[in-house]
Amino acid sequence: MSNEGYSASFINRQSFIELDARERAKALFDAGTSRELLGPFDRMESPWLAMQGVTPQEDDGCVVMKGKIAGQAAVIVALEGAFQGGSMGEVSGEKMTATLDLAAADNEKGIRTNAVILLETGGVRLQEANLGLAAIAELMASILALRKHAPVICLTAGTVGCFGGMSLAAGLASYIVMTREARLGMNGPEVIEQENGVEEFDSSDRALIWAIHGGEQRYATGLADALVDDDTPQVADTIRSFVSKGVPLLHRSSQVALYRTRIAKVDTSRQWDPKEFRALWTTNGSNKEKR
Amino acid sequence: MEQIEFNYPAKRRIRKRAHVGVVGSGDLEVLLEPTEGQVARVFIRTSVDGFRDTWKAVLDRFFTKYDGTVRIEINDAGATPGNVQLRLEQAVEVSER
Repeated sequence: MSNEGYSASFINRQSFIELDARERAKALFDAGTSRELLGPFDRMESPWLAMQGVTPQEDDGCVVMKGKIAGQAAVIVALEGAFQGGSMGEVSGEKMTATLDLAAADNEKGIRTNAVILLETGGVRLQEANLGLAAIAELMASILALRKHAPVICLTAGTVGCFGGMSLAAGLASYIVMTREARLGMNGPEVIEQENGVEEFDSSDRALIWAIHGGEQRYATGLADALVDDDTPQVADTIRSFVSKGVPLLHRSSQVALYRTRIAKVDTSRQWDPKEFRALWTTNGSNKEKR
Repeated sequence: MEQIEFNYPAKRRIRKRAHVGVVGSGDLEVLLEPTEGQVARVFIRTSVDGFRDTWKAVLDRFFTKYDGTVRIEINDAGATPGNVQLRLEQAVEVSER
């Protein structure tokens, strides 16, 4: 087959989305600096899944690694979207929270330690119900404690995206990095359709879903800080640049007055379309579609 | 979920452990670790019940070629026999790399 007419840069691109959680985490560290903590052979699996007839995974779908990014100490916690939809259970939640807490402790000792969380998740793991909810609450407290010292960078690359309670955790991050393929939102399209009807949200309309939850829209409306291609070196470069940038002067989630004003301007008595909304909220560059 | 165990005679010492795969739909996770003794032990947890004979057929074939003294743990989310075979071979490749 001839590749004529196709862009060489596209053909030679190293996809990030096609990597599993472990490979994703490893790809973001400076080469040769990373090591995994509490890996599969430590057998820290969920005690609740087998009881309910669900096959557990030995790392509970949560990969923890330590190493260096841009020459600085860093931890990465990556959720495996292919295992139970990347859902947060007791064990995966505790792994993520404990990692951020230890990073905060290191920062307090004067060892600057950055954190990157790779969120591919539908939120709470339903089989672990309240334990999953509690895990997310603890995680949010840990992000708030750590982000005072060092940036907590959230990367949602897709294709699962980041939904439910974990979208709130993402909202507390210092920076959010997304691809066009990724989605970020509190209620997923199917939940909205189920609760409010197909007139409210047609969950089979993929164009509509990405126009609302997609990375491009989130970036254009200032709810994400960087939009990257599905390209491993570009993703790693972007993460390094945010590590070098450090803690932002003002976190997005601290800008309560700004967002209250913005929300007040939205007339909810009528249906908005994503383009109109982008025009109202545009902060990152043009409000025109990129393609 | 069904739990299945098999033992096979083995004689070759293995140096390295290996982990491959994900417990995602149609896939599985394999943990392969060196052990002592003259036996290879296989522990399977699968989300699809009633396929013991199929698992036995796949592993019987695998152990006609493999003689490492190992403990193999499989967490399966409905992988096809072909997929299981490939993951096992991948685990061996990683452990002998």
